[in-house]
Amino acid sequence: MNTHSLVSIEDYTKEEILEVLKLASEFEANPNQPLLKGKVVASLFFEPSTRTRLSFETAISRLGGRIVGFSDASSSSVTKGETLKDTIKMVDNYCDLVVMRHPVEGAARYASEVAVHPILNAGDGANQHPSQTMLDLYSIYKTQGTLENLNICMVGDLKYGRTVHSLLQAMSHFHPTFHFVAPTSLQMPEAYKLHLKELNIPYYEHTELDEVIEKADILYMTRVQRERFADPLEYEKVKNVYILKNAMLANAKKNMRILHPLPRVNEIDVDVDENPKAYYFEQARNGVFARQAIICKALGLK
Amino acid sequence: MAKKELQVSAIENGTVIDHIPAAKLFDVINVLGIASMENAMTYGTNLKSSKLGKKAIIKIWDKFLEDNEVNKLALVAPTAKINIIRDYEVVEKKVVNVPERVEGIVKCMNPKCITNHEKVRTKFRVVNDSPIVLKCHYCEKLTDQEHMEMN
Repeated sequence: MNTHSLVSIEDYTKEEILEVLKLASEFEANPNQPLLKGKVVASLFFEPSTRTRLSFETAISRLGGRIVGFSDASSSSVTKGETLKDTIKMVDNYCDLVVMRHPVEGAARYASEVAVHPILNAGDGANQHPSQTMLDLYSIYKTQGTLENLNICMVGDLKYGRTVHSLLQAMSHFHPTFHFVAPTSLQMPEAYKLHLKELNIPYYEHTELDEVIEKADILYMTRVQRERFADPLEYEKVKNVYILKNAMLANAKKNMRILHPLPRVNEIDVDVDENPKAYYFEQARNGVFARQAIICKALGLK
Repeated sequence: MAKKELQVSAIENGTVIDHIPAAKLFDVINVLGIASMENAMTYGTNLKSSKLGKKAIIKIWDKFLEDNEVNKLALVAPTAKINIIRDYEVVEKKVVNVPERVEGIVKCMNPKCITNHEKVRTKFRVVNDSPIVLKCHYCEKLTDQEHMEMN
């Protein structure tokens, strides 16, 4: 396996996380740097994800790189029955770096063992999406001035939400206090709570959103995703449990910011958008800088 | 003291795997690849056991299990005891140790894992010894003892 791939957020040490965040702030100050000039990056989206793909491809373009690839598997040889291994072997011959999104969990790790060039995981099923985590961390760092000793409140689908799981793993380096707000059927899985206990990181579980807002430095909202439920009735029961409205923010801390990986459905009311604490659109913008930093780190360019 | 009659006859040289939970006999046979061995062997199952209720026993002639083979047993029958026999006497008792890594033996219980979609050899890190919990190297999901299936 090549050591420069980013497959899981746990591939980065604390120092590497901080190094990439520093790089991201350099790209924010100066986004157009032709560091990828003459390089070809493969962008392989075995399932569609417009947001992530555009963000990665913008990052590559701002670095002056060329992009080859496909935006959904129907336009690739996967439809002819080609294995992932063969697709990766072939693309690896052509390019300097591979960005890939795949519906099967562990696909990116396997690709990183098959390929010579670095693999950047842009999401493998419900497993990992490390570039999302890095842009979340960058957003937290930018808005709070530090990652240390923060109160992080996570709201919504904490059971299936991969973004909250990866963020929890990454923030564990920085002495946080966690507050989990979720309906009973969507609570944080035991494995992650055990991980926090082992590291002596305090966490509190709540079922009411109101009671945690004033404690939060970061309020991380998530969407309850219909496709995660086998039983549509179960989805109907929980989809509207937590909706953040502007009136609920009256007693929030001054430094508090609201994050959301997007797309949102109705879990943040549009009346929150004008509140200066709403940070989710800037958060998405930060994704380009974070991804520029991740790409350069993978290729050892800076 | 008079020797009790053995329910499965003694072997001259080889390995005895005792104290296998009766329900796990075939898992042990699979995990050790015993079915494809040419050696003479005897199995007994549903034998009375004060510890396990019903136990199984395997005696293999002229086969001396290596440590790495013994450790595979930990995944399916951690209670098993292994005796190495020479000239009808127990010359060595081997202890079952849970390995740190498990490759190729166990299936990942996550149906969405790449190892269940393409021909990829499974790899796990053992994150808990007793009961055994395995973390998949690929999909990062946990497979516990209850859901463990052998490849």
